[in-house]
Amino acid sequence: MNSVRPDPDRLLAEVTAKEARAHRGKLKIFFGANAGVGKTFTMLEDAQRRKTAGVDVVVGYVEPHGRVETERLLAGLEALPLLLDEKGVSDRAEFNLDAALARKPQLLLVDELAHTNLSGVIPPPRHEKRWQDIEEVLDAGIDVYTTVNVQHLESLNDVVAQITGVQQRETLPDRVFEEADEVELIDLPPDDLLQRLQSGKVYVADQAQRAMEGFFRKGNLIALRELALRKTADRVDQAMRDYRKQEAVYRPWGTRERLLVCVGPDEQAEQMIRAGKRMADGMNAEWIVVYVETPHLLRLSETKRNHRIQLMRLAESLGAETVTLGGSSAASEILEYGRTRNVTRILAGKPKSRNWLTIWRGSSSTTQQLIQHANDFDVVVVGRNESVSRSVADEKPDGDIAPPSQKERWPEYVMAIGATIAATLLCWFMYPTFAHANLVMVYLLAAAIVAVRCGRKPAILTSVLNVLAFDVVFVPPHFSLAVSDAQYLLTFAIMLVVALIIGNLNASVRLQAKVAGHRERRTALLYAMSRQLSIAQDRKAMEHAAISHVSEVFECTTTLLFPDAAGRIESNKERHSRDKLMSADVGAAQWSFDHGKAAGLGTDTLAGSTISYLPLIGAKRTLGVLAAKPRNKRRIMLPEQFRLLETFAAQIALALERSDLADQAQAAEVRAETESVRNSLLASLSHDLRTPLSAVVGGAATLAERMEDLRPNERLSLAQTVHKAATHVSEHVTSMLDLVQLESGGIRLRRDSYEIDEIVGTVLGRLQDRLRAHRVMINIPTSLPALQIDGKLIGQAFENILDNAIKYTSPGCEIRIDARLHADEVEIVFADNGPGFEATSPETLFKKFERGKKESAVGGIGLGLAICRAIIELHNGRIWAEENPPHGAAIHMMLPLSKHTEHAADNHD
Amino acid sequence: MTNASRAVLLIEDDQDIRNVLRSALELEQYRVIEAATGARGITDIKSHRPDIAIVDLGLPDCDGVDLIREVRGWSKIPIVVLSARTQEEQIVHALEAGADDYITKPFGMREFIARMRVALRHGLRVHTDAQSSFKVGRWRIDMAKRLVVDDAGESLHLTPLEYRLIEILSNHEGMVVTHRQLLTEAWGPGSVEHTHYLRGYMKQLRGKLEDDPARPRHLLTETGVGYRLVVDD
Repeated sequence: MNSVRPDPDRLLAEVTAKEARAHRGKLKIFFGANAGVGKTFTMLEDAQRRKTAGVDVVVGYVEPHGRVETERLLAGLEALPLLLDEKGVSDRAEFNLDAALARKPQLLLVDELAHTNLSGVIPPPRHEKRWQDIEEVLDAGIDVYTTVNVQHLESLNDVVAQITGVQQRETLPDRVFEEADEVELIDLPPDDLLQRLQSGKVYVADQAQRAMEGFFRKGNLIALRELALRKTADRVDQAMRDYRKQEAVYRPWGTRERLLVCVGPDEQAEQMIRAGKRMADGMNAEWIVVYVETPHLLRLSETKRNHRIQLMRLAESLGAETVTLGGSSAASEILEYGRTRNVTRILAGKPKSRNWLTIWRGSSSTTQQLIQHANDFDVVVVGRNESVSRSVADEKPDGDIAPPSQKERWPEYVMAIGATIAATLLCWFMYPTFAHANLVMVYLLAAAIVAVRCGRKPAILTSVLNVLAFDVVFVPPHFSLAVSDAQYLLTFAIMLVVALIIGNLNASVRLQAKVAGHRERRTALLYAMSRQLSIAQDRKAMEHAAISHVSEVFECTTTLLFPDAAGRIESNKERHSRDKLMSADVGAAQWSFDHGKAAGLGTDTLAGSTISYLPLIGAKRTLGVLAAKPRNKRRIMLPEQFRLLETFAAQIALALERSDLADQAQAAEVRAETESVRNSLLASLSHDLRTPLSAVVGGAATLAERMEDLRPNERLSLAQTVHKAATHVSEHVTSMLDLVQLESGGIRLRRDSYEIDEIVGTVLGRLQDRLRAHRVMINIPTSLPALQIDGKLIGQAFENILDNAIKYTSPGCEIRIDARLHADEVEIVFADNGPGFEATSPETLFKKFERGKKESAVGGIGLGLAICRAIIELHNGRIWAEENPPHGAAIHMMLPLSKHTEHAADNHD
Repeated sequence: MTNASRAVLLIEDDQDIRNVLRSALELEQYRVIEAATGARGITDIKSHRPDIAIVDLGLPDCDGVDLIREVRGWSKIPIVVLSARTQEEQIVHALEAGADDYITKPFGMREFIARMRVALRHGLRVHTDAQSSFKVGRWRIDMAKRLVVDDAGESLHLTPLEYRLIEILSNHEGMVVTHRQLLTEAWGPGSVEHTHYLRGYMKQLRGKLEDDPARPRHLLTETGVGYRLVVDD
């Protein structure tokens, strides 16, 4: 049996993908080898059938090309309004995405998926390409019928160009084609097509003639048809493989293939990327496009380096992962990276014919090095195809060879000349005693110093001047450029070469250091931001840290936009009114937020904007949008820079989400606590209030109704019971109200200077009737300073503590009240020699509705100490309970001395 | 004069409290007049000329403090204020507006009757001279002679300022005297903020007069409001 248990992770991924697909509209592509095979026609026929079957079909955009049959089929189908340019000319019309989304039909027909949206229409289209519009339509759950010609597929672009000699500008990422739910191949043999062309069914007469002479040659048509057939076959094959995988009838592959495509700044790069795509598709492998920025490449012209941006974007659009590496040797970097990524195959370009420069440098090409050292990879060399890459080769190299940072300034040339003069002077003194060989050394030293200090060009100048000076001054005949001995020519040559080598070497080292420095700086900045985000106290600090870091790293104006409760992005005017940026297109930000995709500069959506919008996607939801307006667009346009920006955005999103979650957790905790308090309150109310209340109601009712029947002593006893129970209820309610008031923060401390002994005295006075049976010992030093406290509240706290002591100890027990002065606080202790806390953890006594003994006969609802704690904590003090050995309870409290506290003794005149 | 001839006006909006107070007061032989609103209360003071008014601070139609102020404009009738607890700011306002004493809800009936009696007595004495001699613990204080002696003939020295404080308190014997009133009368109007002076002197006085200064029985502190002198007589 060959049945393999399906991998659960893969199944899960499958299910998730299926679910995502279920909400998404279905895309059906009518695929043809070229124009005129009847794609639109078939699409409309199909649509008419669907309409007859009751499907809500709407025409989004169909190019009739003046074809009668097509127009006939369009009849009876509802058509969306088109976007027109300001002149309102209908042949410059564009598919209206918003109208389609608003109309939301079941099935939408849109011709020419690869079409590039016209920019002149009003309002300007959201996306650069029609396929992006269609993605959005599909996301909205609308099914789409569309048409594609084989020559528009991105990966086949160069092949088609090779066949037809015409470079297609309008291309469609292969991904879109591959992800289509259905592809129907519309096949028409070339002869039939040519016949249709001649009979004017494809183009009107004169157009048809031109077409037949150019693109529609029979040879082209055959080749394109083959491509289309093969592409369709590949797709069918892939579908079969998916099916097999799904049904777990697959055999595990040895290892997953991974392809690494090496590109350079040269003309071959584009071809390499397309070849890589085709090979990766063939192998069903992941593929990575690598560009190594060597010091040598850093010296390339700005235009050429910018070309890399286009390359990387092309690669990404074809589904590759793109990476830019930095290092001195491209080959070793590539191999190193390949190993870490478990690459199985490396695709390299065929080296250019070796010219004298490479031979002189003694360096072999990167490809050769790769072949030499790649022991664990297959290296595939891609042939050079000159015709396709003309467009890049034609680019005029710009004259500036050195990168901007390496521009030498005139003082360095002065120094170069000075070095020669100094060397010559030194040699002049040495000349009588030293051999010529030593003088040459001095000149070399001068050249080396200049190379190190001033860079390459001044070093070259120095070497040339050195040679001249040496020749004129020291080589006979003296003071003449003539050279008597031919061997001096060798000396000159060596002097020049050595100086050049040193100069070059030095320049490389400098650039390398600069590149490394850049990378390190970026890493450090990302780290710095994460750290600041993690230590930020609140959300505002976090936002501030995020904005300042992104602004610094990407040299841009940055802001964070957050949605309001309804999910609408607000332009936060007040916060960033200074920045022009914040006239930010809220629409673009909203789009980015809604779709969770980046928009604006550096993306395919609203690419014309000067601002990049990145959604802040957390683990659970999209939190907002990061808007960045770079001062230098190139910084954002580079894919790896953009990815770095995305990394920043992700970091920010996670940090913000974390803070939100922390807030939520805290709120939930508070809620839970409130809930538990409410529950214990209810329990407490039911017991502690209902019991005395029933005594009151019952007793009073008996008194009122049966007064005549009761004996006087019974009346008295009943009345006393009612009185006692009512007092009880009254106490409960009072303390509950107190606590509510204290905890709601509604209490404002009325601080004044109070002395502890006075407050204690007052409280003892209030409690004197109940305290008669207890012995009270007071030990409060008269030297104790007055405290800035709310005397009334502190008195209440004391009263609650003493009340507890009276309740929980038997008559005759001793209650001690001590006060001590510490460095900056006063400690007050209420201790008794009663039974103590009896195994209850003292700390729980401070919780609401906690009592030492549950349901005890002793009255009270366990709020006393909770109130005390609330009061003491309002005073920034502490209160805790301890056992009072050998037996008994002690409540300790610490009240801080404030700065204004005056010593009691100072009060006397 | 018996209680029966004395009229007590209850200005209180709550019928239950009025009922309870009425029965308690009538047991003590007082005549009770009830007023549910401030306006009605003022009319009753004018028409019935009661001997004392009990005023609830939380009246539906007017602020109790305003009512006291108005009554004080034309009457010296003793006024005892009823108030909810934790409203000492309002209590102080009421006292400064002219109320003679206060009692907080919930209150015991015995305590209420005692307070009222003190206020009534004070009202009767307004026309006579203040008590010149009274007993605080074991000490007899003779204000006229400025002498403090105990039964054994031992004498106690009080400073002039201490005599002054005792004098002010004894003029309102059994009733609360606010900090402001004490400070104004003893030190002059410029010293009303210096409650710590007052505290210092009261502490000193307790040390001299009270048997157990830590548990005073005569010089009582009304936290946040003022002091009260209770004499043994």
